[in-house]
Amino acid sequence: MSEIAERVKQIIVEKLGVEESEVTPEASFTNDLGADSLDTVELIMEFEKEFNISIPDDQAENIGTVGQAITYLEENVK
Amino acid sequence: MSFKRVVVTGLGALTPVGNDVQTFWKNLVAGVSGAAPITRFDAEKFRTRFACEVKGLDLNDYIPRQEARKMDPFTQYAVIAADEAMKDAGFDLEKLDLDKAGVIWGSGIGGLKTFEDEVINFSEGGRNPRFNPFFIPKMIADSASGVISIRYGFRGPTFITVSACASSTNALIDAYNYIRLGMMNVCISGGSEAAVTNAGVGGFNALKALSERNDSPETASRPYDKDRDGFVLGEGGAALILEEYEHAKARGAKIYAEMIGAGMTSDAYHITAPHPEGHGAYMVMKNALADAGIKPEDVDYINTHGTSTPIGDPQEIKAIERMFGDAAYNLNISSTKSMTGHLLGGAGAIEAAACILAIQDQVVPPTINHFTDDPEINPRLNLTFNKAQQRTVNIALSNTFGFGGHNASVIFKKLED
Repeated sequence: MSEIAERVKQIIVEKLGVEESEVTPEASFTNDLGADSLDTVELIMEFEKEFNISIPDDQAENIGTVGQAITYLEENVK
Repeated sequence: MSFKRVVVTGLGALTPVGNDVQTFWKNLVAGVSGAAPITRFDAEKFRTRFACEVKGLDLNDYIPRQEARKMDPFTQYAVIAADEAMKDAGFDLEKLDLDKAGVIWGSGIGGLKTFEDEVINFSEGGRNPRFNPFFIPKMIADSASGVISIRYGFRGPTFITVSACASSTNALIDAYNYIRLGMMNVCISGGSEAAVTNAGVGGFNALKALSERNDSPETASRPYDKDRDGFVLGEGGAALILEEYEHAKARGAKIYAEMIGAGMTSDAYHITAPHPEGHGAYMVMKNALADAGIKPEDVDYINTHGTSTPIGDPQEIKAIERMFGDAAYNLNISSTKSMTGHLLGGAGAIEAAACILAIQDQVVPPTINHFTDDPEINPRLNLTFNKAQQRTVNIALSNTFGFGGHNASVIFKKLED
């Protein structure tokens, strides 16, 4: 697992209060990890802070699973 | 139409002198001060560097971390106090008519720490307008009533009353009125505050409202003492379960006391200073006694607003003398703020709880830290200085007054069938 993926997982565990084993690439924030729409917005903000980038709203809308978050960040974090 | 009777069937408290009702009351009767140096933030540069903080609280013992982080501390305090009161009241939620159960809470400020943190974050983040999505729902003062309502599924009236330091007395009065009108059977009421923050202490310091006795925090809150120099900021809250009397009787509830009257007035004078002749304070007690249908000599105990400010304390006392006449000399009067500090919007709730417990145990908690008589205070009055006093307490009255000129009083009585 990449270093980015590891950090993403930690943020999700911390913010959503879920077990690490639940944070699989396919896991949906809202359907599988108990997040509501506000939690999801907060997660995106945490990713922005952690990786020091800005995720435009139209891109953020496409990040709904753990895997999508990891892929986006791996492609965009320098 | 005749009013329904309203009784108190549950209590919860999270205060600077105890994190539950039993500890709070034991320490009030023992005359323990809750003041100590500030730990919530670095207060080194502030004129006042002490407060009455809630101590030794492990939130994990009360609220799951994931829920707690979406609440401002004033809401966390509200939930903890409400949970204790609900447990105490012992409802069977399956049998309760949730559409006639409400939550009317009081807070003077609301989520001050949340507001402060977010604005600092905005400022330090290059003014990038990325605000946390929980900022508004955490900060707004009504979040305490919303969170408690969701927690217990109470679907009746739920809202917050805001009248500065009278806020939670106004909450109790609203709950009392809606229950006696038959609009609710049960209400989780009370109030909480969490203003020991940079902005809270700095703001009250700017008003010169706080004691600056940094070398002796535990003696700083000294209502009616000649050398009082301002109030001591407190935090925490209390919850009261108010319930329609027949409803409580039908389920065999333990009844602490009956709420028999309330008054509300305004000074219409100045945004922070009390009326110089204490007219609003006089009228609010007069209205409360009239509402309760009792005479001045029926009252045994007054828990005063008594914040330990140079101007406020004697005016309330003069209003009591004017209202009670010779009966004033048979009263026990005390300011429990000498121990708890001033919980602002939470003050009315913890002081109502103190009145109810005084009725239960027939003991009046003291006004601690009395060293020097103030010539402005009539020495014939019994201000319950320094030590609790055993006495018959059948009826107790609590006064609270808030910035804006809001005055609110409530009266509790030992239950008679």
